[in-house]
Amino acid sequence: MSQPLAAADPVSPGAPAPDAPPRPRRGSPVLRLLLARVLGVLVILFVISLLTFTLMYLAPGDLVKNLLGNRPASPEAIAAVRAQYRLDDPFLVRYFAWLGDALRGDFGVSIRMRQPVTQVIASRVGLTAALAGLAFLIALITAIPMGISSAARAGTVRDRLGSALALFGLSAPSFALAILLLYAFAMLIPIFPAYGAGTGFLDRVFHLVLPATVLAMGLGAILMRMTRAAMVRELSADYVTFARSRGVPERQVQRLALRNASIPIVTGAGLILTFLIGGTIIVETVFALPGIGLLLQEAVLFKDLPVVQAIVLLVALVIAIIAILVDLSYLLLDPRVRARELQS
Amino acid sequence: MTAPVSPKTASVVLPKRARPDWLVRISVVFLALIALGAIVSPFLVEAASTQSILDALLPPGSPGHLLGTDELGRDVLLLTVAGTGSAVVGPALIALGSMSLGVLFGTLAGYQRGWLDALIGRIADVLLSLPVMLLAIVVAGIFGAGYWVTVLLLIVLFAPSDIRIVRSGVLEQAPRPYVEAAQMLSLSPWRIMYVHVAPNVWPLIATNLLLNTSIALVTLSSLSFLGVGVAPGSADWGRQISDGRSVMADNPAMLLAPALLIVLVSMAINVIGDQITERLRRKGIR
Repeated sequence: MSQPLAAADPVSPGAPAPDAPPRPRRGSPVLRLLLARVLGVLVILFVISLLTFTLMYLAPGDLVKNLLGNRPASPEAIAAVRAQYRLDDPFLVRYFAWLGDALRGDFGVSIRMRQPVTQVIASRVGLTAALAGLAFLIALITAIPMGISSAARAGTVRDRLGSALALFGLSAPSFALAILLLYAFAMLIPIFPAYGAGTGFLDRVFHLVLPATVLAMGLGAILMRMTRAAMVRELSADYVTFARSRGVPERQVQRLALRNASIPIVTGAGLILTFLIGGTIIVETVFALPGIGLLLQEAVLFKDLPVVQAIVLLVALVIAIIAILVDLSYLLLDPRVRARELQS
Repeated sequence: MTAPVSPKTASVVLPKRARPDWLVRISVVFLALIALGAIVSPFLVEAASTQSILDALLPPGSPGHLLGTDELGRDVLLLTVAGTGSAVVGPALIALGSMSLGVLFGTLAGYQRGWLDALIGRIADVLLSLPVMLLAIVVAGIFGAGYWVTVLLLIVLFAPSDIRIVRSGVLEQAPRPYVEAAQMLSLSPWRIMYVHVAPNVWPLIATNLLLNTSIALVTLSSLSFLGVGVAPGSADWGRQISDGRSVMADNPAMLLAPALLIVLVSMAINVIGDQITERLRRKGIR
């Protein structure tokens, strides 16, 4: 994944492909591919920003009352608020003013917390990243081996157990799982803390174990099913039969198959990310973890529109970046794609 | 390689079954029971909301209250059964609605191609670029949408993936001889699309319908757990779990019953969905 990116990086700001002297043949098509994808993503982000802004514009509720409270306020105070939030400007003027500020990294001021939105989000993003990262790690190291061993022994008891567990993880909503685990491990057998994020690195990880496990159950279920399906398909391919008949050790055969199976697995990254984002909002709410998910949930309830807008755009951006990385990873994983994309 | 291989074993390379038949049967029976619960649930709402402060927070197994009562003295068993309606009807409607939109626009895009295809494709791209859960929380939360509006919103949000699936199926059907024959008879494009082509995409739709129902069940109950899309105090599984958190120590059944039911319903739907997918694959349709 890092290779094509590293090749593209030094010349990335707007330079049209051809003048990358050290490796013109490799670097430039990748760069062109990357530019096309980035352009597509920018268009989608623009549309999303317009849609969210429209949504916020149409949102019911009186911002002035929200800010000044229900007490009768002086006309000057009301006028000041209306001017600060551009409430009297036409829609498009407001949108482009907001977009201009946003492009410069200024997403306005949180209505609820009276702090710059970027600051509010920056203070929360670390916890969410840690939670998602830990969950992803747990899912990866449990689900991929389970998927492989299930596929290798398809139809056996072990496969059935694994598939049943995956079915459970896939079907159980995160909030139900979260509460069941909370009930079991924080109330019945109090091993783990019930809520909060903890202080210091070790305490933080300790606090994140339960929520991350909840997320990892769903993630792992998706990963395991994809791994199993892809591996079953690969293991029944002719090249595997041939390799086995030549006496290639089973471990090595599985490694070969896994490499080919990795492409459909990576393609599922979008599905996984979608699940992860939805799940994070729920899990952070249940475990009272002050991350982005809880922030969004609170911002929606309090009609803190600038924060909602910024989070929606942030999520869209993250998803877009992952999608581009997935595209680039095909180049690394599949020599056929590499040949096709780089020759043309 | 050299040994004569009978065509049957050579061509039919099937993933082995991971699920026994009895599980499918149990799932069907269980879902039938849930459907029954959904049918009777509207008649139970009144009984379920009978409050009595004297009986508040009875533990499970109390006389007259099998699963105990909540902090308002409402019977948890009745409350859970009364919640079946909103828990199951919404998701079924979401799956059916998004499937209808999928067939309508997917067939149109796949058969007509051109600018219509491009337009539908771009709209789907934008909707798919954000997670359904996030969009639903933001839109339904900010507008304070009620249950039916939330269901409508989810129909729209679920539609893009259905549109894509139907479109890809129609693309594969379009060059077939029967379509050409229909065109030769100068049947109207609408008739060709929805009477001749669309039914052939049915297997693709059927499996996705069940998958969508279980995702919708999880999404809708997650939303009502977060307090989006349901009125406070109404009988709803997600809501009940959320309310049950504060009385977890006194009456755990209040949240365990609906949580378990959501998991079981979703699992049953997935079991049947997997079974259908497998059967179709066996027939060589997918």
